Amino acid sequence: MVNNKIKTKKPVSEIIFDIFVVIFLALVVIVCVYPFWNIFIISINDATDAIRGGLYFLPRKLSLASYKDILSRSTFLHSILVTLARTGIGTPLAVLATSALAYVLSRKELICRKPLTLLFIFTMYFGGGLVPYYMILKNLGMLDHFIVFIFPNLISVYNMILVRNYIEGMPDALFEASKLDGANDLVIFFRIVIPLAKPIIMTVALFVAITQWNSWFDAYLYTNSQDLKTMQSILVEILNQYQTTAANQAANRAGQNITPDSIRMAATMVATIPIIMVYPFIQKYFVKGIMLGSVKS
Amino acid sequence: MKKTSAVRTKSHKSIGARLWEQRYLFLLLLPALVWVILICYAPMTGLYMAFVNYTPKGNGYFQDLIQSPFVGMDWFEYFFSTDFIKIMRNTLATSLLTLLFSFPLPILLAICLNEVKRPGVKKFIQTASYLPYFISWVIAANIFITFLSSDGVINQLLMAIGFTDEQILFFQHGPYFWWIIAIANAWKVLGYNAIIYLAAISGISQDMYEAADVDGASRLQKIWYVTLPALKPTILVLLILAIGGVLNTGFEQQLLMGNNSILDYSDVLDTYAYRYGLKNGMYSYGTAVGLFKSVVSFILVMGANYISKKFSDDNSALF
Repeated sequence: MVNNKIKTKKPVSEIIFDIFVVIFLALVVIVCVYPFWNIFIISINDATDAIRGGLYFLPRKLSLASYKDILSRSTFLHSILVTLARTGIGTPLAVLATSALAYVLSRKELICRKPLTLLFIFTMYFGGGLVPYYMILKNLGMLDHFIVFIFPNLISVYNMILVRNYIEGMPDALFEASKLDGANDLVIFFRIVIPLAKPIIMTVALFVAITQWNSWFDAYLYTNSQDLKTMQSILVEILNQYQTTAANQAANRAGQNITPDSIRMAATMVATIPIIMVYPFIQKYFVKGIMLGSVKS
Repeated sequence: MKKTSAVRTKSHKSIGARLWEQRYLFLLLLPALVWVILICYAPMTGLYMAFVNYTPKGNGYFQDLIQSPFVGMDWFEYFFSTDFIKIMRNTLATSLLTLLFSFPLPILLAICLNEVKRPGVKKFIQTASYLPYFISWVIAANIFITFLSSDGVINQLLMAIGFTDEQILFFQHGPYFWWIIAIANAWKVLGYNAIIYLAAISGISQDMYEAADVDGASRLQKIWYVTLPALKPTILVLLILAIGGVLNTGFEQQLLMGNNSILDYSDVLDTYAYRYGLKNGMYSYGTAVGLFKSVVSFILVMGANYISKKFSDDNSALF
C-alpha cells in the first residue's frame, strides 16, 4: 500500500508514519462511504426488524417493502419525472448558452470585450440578495412555472470561465483559416469549437446535470404546485416530518410493514443511486475540470 | 488574464461595419445577455429596497418599489441594535470551525495520498473521498440526522467505547450545531479540495526528492522540507480566499438540519435574511441584512484577491 522499497532497516519514525497514513486513509474511506452503505442496508431491511436497531454492516431480514411503497406513490413517481425533466432539458440548454458565451468572450476582436467580460465576472462577487431576486422572478411570472428550473440556471459564470480558458488555448490559426474559407461565427462555434472543446463541455455538462439533480431550494421556494415538486423537495418534506423512534413503533403497531424511517431511507437511496451509477463518468471529467479551473490562464 | 494587446488590424473600419461583421457573435451572446440582465442585474435594483419600506400593493415590483416610503438607514440601525451580535457570532463561529476542519484535512489527505504508490489503491481512495461532494445537501442532512439521532450510529459508538453513558441529543444543544455544520461542510468538500493540492504536489520536480534522497532524508523530512514548502503558495492563496469567503457559511445545511429549539445558534446571515425577508414578509429588512452581507463579502473577497495576487508570483491565483 505504502512505498515499501526498503533499503535497509526502517527507522521507527517511518513505521509510525506508515501506520498513520494507513489509518488516516482508511478513516477517510470509511467516513465517506460507510454512511451510504448504512442507509442502504437499513433501506433494504425489514422495517419492523430495523426498529430493534443494531444494523451496521449487513441487513438482517431483507425486505423491499419500503421501496415498493414509495415507488407506488404517484407524488413520488411524478417528482422523479420532474427531476428527470429539469435535468434533461436544463443541462443541454445551459451547456449551449454557457459555451456560446464562452466562445464570444474568447474572441479578441469582440467589440467591448473587456466591459462585457466584467459584466459577467462581477456577478460572481456581488448580487442583489434573495429577496429582490424572488421579487424579480415573481415579476417575470416565473414563479410556480417549470421555467424557474431552467432559465436561472442557464449560465454559470464559473463554468463559462472554464470553457473560455479552454477555447483560448486553441490555436488562432484554426479560426482565421475557417474565416478565410467563409465560415461565419455561428458555423465556427457549432462545427469547430463545440467538437474540439468536447472534454471541457462534458465536464461542464456533468456539473450542471448534478446541480439540476440535487437542487431542492428552487422547487421549495419558487413553486407551490404539487406538479412541480422535485425528488429532492419531496425528500425535504420527508425529512421535515422526521419521526422519533416512538412514532416509528406506533406506526409499526398499526400493522404496517413500513415506518416513516424506512420510507426516508428508501427515498434517500432512490435519489442517491443514480448519482452513484454515473459516478465513474463524473469522476473522469471531474478531476480534469478542477485542474483546469484551478489554473487561471 | 492574457494581455489583450491584440493587433487591432480592423480599427480603421467604422464601428457600424465592425458590429455588422460581428453580428453572429452578438447573436450568440444574446441569451447570456438576457440572462445576466434579468437574473443578475435586475435584482440589484432591489438594493434600493433596503432603504425604503417595501410594501407590495400589487402594482408590480418596480412600481411598488418606487412608491414605497424612503426610510434611510433605519433597517440597518434596527439590525445592528437587535440581532446583529448574535447572528454575526453564529456566522463566524460556524465559518471558523468549518475552516478548522476543511482547511488542514485536504492538505493532509493529499500528502497521505501521495505516499500511496499503487495507482489502483490511490484512485479508489480518491474516488471514495469525493463521493460526498456529489450528493445534495438534502441527502447529506438525512445522513447526519440519522447518524446523530439518539439511537444512531454515533451515539451507539460513543456508548460502546464508554465516552458517554447516556445518549447525546446532538440537535438539542445550540453550540453543538456549529460543530455539526462545520464537520458536515468539511465532509462534503474534503476530497474535492484535496485535488487542488494533489495537482500542486504532482507539479513538484522529482529532482527535489532525489536530491533529498541523496542527502539521506527520511520520508517525513521530505514532506517537511520539500512537499510542504512547495505547497506553501497554494496553501496561502486558498487560505486567503477562504478568509475572504468567511461570511458564506452555508444556507441549505442550516435550513435542513436546524430546528426551532436551537435557532439562536443555527441562524446565520443568509438564513436570517431569508426568514425575515421572505417567510415573515419583512421584505426590506431581509434585503438590508442581505445587502450588509453582500457588501462586506465583496470587500473581503476583493481584499483577499488582492493579497493572494501579491503572494502568487506566476499568476496562478484562483480568479
